[in-house]
Amino acid sequence: MLRTLAGGGSPAEQFIVTELRLPRLVTALLVGAALALAGTVFQSLVRNPLGSPDILGFTQGASTGALVVVVLGGSSLALAGAAVVGGLGTGLLIYALAWRRGVHGYRLILVGIGVAAILTGVNGYLLTRAPLMDAARAVLWLTGSLDGRGWANAGPLLAVIAVLAPLVLVGCAPALRMMELGDDTAGALGVPVRRLRLVLLASAVLLVSFAAAAAGPVSFVALVAPHVAKRLTRAAGPNLLPSMAVGAALLVGADLLAQRAFAGHQLPVGVVTGVIGGGYLVWLLAAERRAGRL
Amino acid sequence: MRSTAPPPVRRQAARAAGLLGAVALLGVILLLSIAVGAKSLPLADVWSGLLHRDATEYAVVHRMRLPRTLLGLLAGTALGVAGAVMQALTRNPLADPGLLGINAGASAAVATAATFLGVTAIGGYVWFALLGAAVVTALVYAVGGGRGATPARLALAGAALNATLYSYVSAVMLLDTASLDRLRFWTVGSLASADSATVARVAPFIVVGLLVALGAARPLNALTLGDDTARALGARPALIRAAVIVAVTLLCGAATAACGPIVFVGLLVPHLVRALTGPDLRWLLPYCAVLAPVLLLGADVLGRVLGRPGELQVGMVTAVLGGPLFLWLVSRSRVAHP
Repeated sequence: MLRTLAGGGSPAEQFIVTELRLPRLVTALLVGAALALAGTVFQSLVRNPLGSPDILGFTQGASTGALVVVVLGGSSLALAGAAVVGGLGTGLLIYALAWRRGVHGYRLILVGIGVAAILTGVNGYLLTRAPLMDAARAVLWLTGSLDGRGWANAGPLLAVIAVLAPLVLVGCAPALRMMELGDDTAGALGVPVRRLRLVLLASAVLLVSFAAAAAGPVSFVALVAPHVAKRLTRAAGPNLLPSMAVGAALLVGADLLAQRAFAGHQLPVGVVTGVIGGGYLVWLLAAERRAGRL
Repeated sequence: MRSTAPPPVRRQAARAAGLLGAVALLGVILLLSIAVGAKSLPLADVWSGLLHRDATEYAVVHRMRLPRTLLGLLAGTALGVAGAVMQALTRNPLADPGLLGINAGASAAVATAATFLGVTAIGGYVWFALLGAAVVTALVYAVGGGRGATPARLALAGAALNATLYSYVSAVMLLDTASLDRLRFWTVGSLASADSATVARVAPFIVVGLLVALGAARPLNALTLGDDTARALGARPALIRAAVIVAVTLLCGAATAACGPIVFVGLLVPHLVRALTGPDLRWLLPYCAVLAPVLLLGADVLGRVLGRPGELQVGMVTAVLGGPLFLWLVSRSRVAHP
């Protein structure tokens, strides 16, 4: 395999590695990293370990956009575009609704939950309007799958990460650490809190939307990766870079498991992350409760 | 509470009159729900269809509209009362069986039953839905009943549970196209598949759940003052909590088995009613029991009118109607700042 990557190997091996496996791997890495980065930013901004985009409605917004395309009928490019538009639109809506002389963590969470519940209803309705075959395709997309992902899927996401990751990692990370101390403290330390929050939210929503466009809304990577990273590094504050690494590793591992776990039956990767994430979530709720924080 | 509250006797009379008015409103909605649909019936025809076996409308009314209306009545009552007692038990204004994941728990259990165990009939769904609802109710209570629980945190925990359970449901639907076809209509929340067998199957559970909830109203009033006060007033907190959890499980499980997960009815109605009656559960619960089906059937009728020639599922209509109210509740500072 290494020989093929280096340029050798038979044409068949070349094709399998560079056209099938490698794009899938790269897409998984990028989606995992993007979701993890967005999740870390969200959790840090709303100061709550459960504040991930799957819970706050952004993922549902991306799904609504994609489902509209499925119902109306459109290419997979239109579907990806609609997912981005849906995610961004929902982000704007939630931000506008939560706005009251600035946006605070808890109001953002609750508004997000409300919008997520509305959109879940809308998504369910859209699913009943589609013909059965399209509905099956839509559910597959909604679960999050890396099947048949090529370079065309990875490209736009790579561009977004290339722009936003340095912005968040270099430009905002120190200020984000200070904002975790509280808005007032951060403001006193010279952080432009409101502007920074807007920039961070916008970046996180963009990352989620493009990740959803590439692989569908893969659940729980954004929730779990930052926690795992925090445990590994034992560092205070947002672990942006470690989270990205964990997210990428998590998704690649989950995809491998999804392809190999059941012989002759490939599961979409979202099923695996859903199961892992669900179990982790129950544990998290129990731990939070034991610590008296919930 | 305003300082110029009317004296108790007059207030009681006003509440009783209000309840009568609510029942009258329910009657109007019930008739509307029978009259409106793909084939609209004038009220005179509704009446003859209900009463005369040989009338041409008899089949439409008795086979389709009547079971649907009865199911809406039962499910609406169940969700409204369940929401009200949950809000009282957790002292949480955002408690709703849909938002906290109880309906999703029932859905996940039904999806499991439909896909892996080959259960296709409503008779089988009920037991699984009850099981799923019971597990999540206990979990929500374990998380939300603690001393430090705030509304926002409980809502967040519920949303997280919802996300988990629905991702499980869609994974299950993915494995099996046949169950996707059955379940995708059911998971939106719809009264469309109602028939008299469904109504008969879930009615006993809902009636028992209602009786338990109504019976718990007075001690639950005492419990909202705190455990110590409640004990001093002669109530037994553990017993009341267990009774309420049983009631919520029966109500939500049965309602979800019959018409799928429906959000916001259990949130919306108690809040609207509380503005009329105040927090006394002895009045709050009967009002909710009457007005929640008004909302659910109203949403269903609206869905049938707006969605012509097909229909919008009632779960979608309540989500779109109830969402803004949730956002309004959130925008009030008390809830948004724990």
